[in-house]
Amino acid sequence: MRLGKQTWRFEHDLYIQSTGTCAGPLEGKGPLGDFFDKKYNELHCGEKNWEAAERKLMREAVDICLKNVNKKPEDIDFFMAGDLLNQTVTSNFIARETKIPYLGMFGACSTSMQTLALAAQFVDTGYADSVLVAVSSHNATAERQFRYPTEYGGSKPNTSTFTATGAASALVSQTPSSVKIKEATIGRVIDWGIADANDMGSAMAPAAADTIERHLKDTGRKPTDYDMIVTGDLSSVGSPIVRQLLWERGIDISEMHHDCGLMLYSPEQNVMAGGSGTACSAMVTYGYIVNLLKQKKIQRVFICATGALFNPTVNQQKETIPCVAHGVVLESAGGE
Amino acid sequence: MTRLNDVKNYKKNIKSYHPKINYFVNGLKAFVIGGLICDLGEAVQKFYVTFFDFNEKTAGDPTVATMILIASLLTGFGVYDKIGQFAGAGSLIPVTGFANSITSAALEHKSEGIVLGIATNLFKLAGSVIVFGVVSAAIFGLIRLTVNNLLG
Repeated sequence: MRLGKQTWRFEHDLYIQSTGTCAGPLEGKGPLGDFFDKKYNELHCGEKNWEAAERKLMREAVDICLKNVNKKPEDIDFFMAGDLLNQTVTSNFIARETKIPYLGMFGACSTSMQTLALAAQFVDTGYADSVLVAVSSHNATAERQFRYPTEYGGSKPNTSTFTATGAASALVSQTPSSVKIKEATIGRVIDWGIADANDMGSAMAPAAADTIERHLKDTGRKPTDYDMIVTGDLSSVGSPIVRQLLWERGIDISEMHHDCGLMLYSPEQNVMAGGSGTACSAMVTYGYIVNLLKQKKIQRVFICATGALFNPTVNQQKETIPCVAHGVVLESAGGE
Repeated sequence: MTRLNDVKNYKKNIKSYHPKINYFVNGLKAFVIGGLICDLGEAVQKFYVTFFDFNEKTAGDPTVATMILIASLLTGFGVYDKIGQFAGAGSLIPVTGFANSITSAALEHKSEGIVLGIATNLFKLAGSVIVFGVVSAAIFGLIRLTVNNLLG
């Protein structure tokens, strides 16, 4: 059922039946390290290049997610996945291995919630019984793809974010578990004129504010109806901006707002403004937040993953960065 | 009070949310680290003059070669990028920064093969330095020639 203009409220009881998370070295040592299923001590993850390492992370996350509920790839109806590499190549290659009918998706760092929202939609409408979602990102592959690695000798400004290394996967179905998927809000693409790829927090904050505002309007809820409103990777720069943008529009989220990019790392870990990357919001959601919901420590959470939809070519041509944010509401169904 | 929501001036208004850049501290770091690198170069040069058959002029070439070797090794061991993030221009400007840019590009693209990976990307960053180095050398050469001729 559609609420307002941009929000879906799922008619059936949909659940995150299982999750699998895989973390890189820095993420594993971070404050949420204990919540990840598997951790690697070095960036290569035992593979011969960075791209292979990223595939390994996603493969492991998918394997763990399926093994948790004793499922095989052939038991799953559809696979929706995305990453940050050209042509979402990590996801394509994992789909080649799993042989589950596959839809590759790109929403930059918002892919985590884009895949989850659509998976829920598929299961809700009865077009699928179970949909597997997965996303991954790797610091070294993303640096090569999008930015100017520090390895080249230049220093990064403090507003830049640090691409998280890891992967996360979730299985969506109507089989009851302790985490329910209730609603999803699909975001509009917003561009307020930021062109600096080293300042994506400022670029994405208006998109997050738009989706959060729209979600609250569509559902008729107040921020206090949520235990947590979580943004994807706005970092220490974008987080205060999104709170201020919403506060000026009469929405106060300062009490329950968190940012995955800031949750994933501790302040001592030198990650500039905070974490980013497709895996950032997914690892925090499927690893940590799902756990909080399972233990009933929180009841309802809105996860609003933000993505910067640009590529290095247009960025060097001085184009500004269009951004999007997709949100999903998860609720605790009790249980454990 | 709808200040930050002003789309037209958003870019300007968010400045207060950005961490302050401390130009003085950055400059100091660059000065100290860049200076230390040059000290090391000086020491290497003295070494060649003292122990080998070089004079102040001819010791330049082996000194540069040694500094390049040291920088490339530090790049390979994953140390130079840490120095780079700390020192900024201090480690970027000297010849060691140039060596690092070539070595890191080679390492970065190694997995794509020797020809299309390493050889094609080797000068990815260093290329612009060479281009502007050659172009500016030509321009300054012309200026010098003109001035010399006018004065002479």
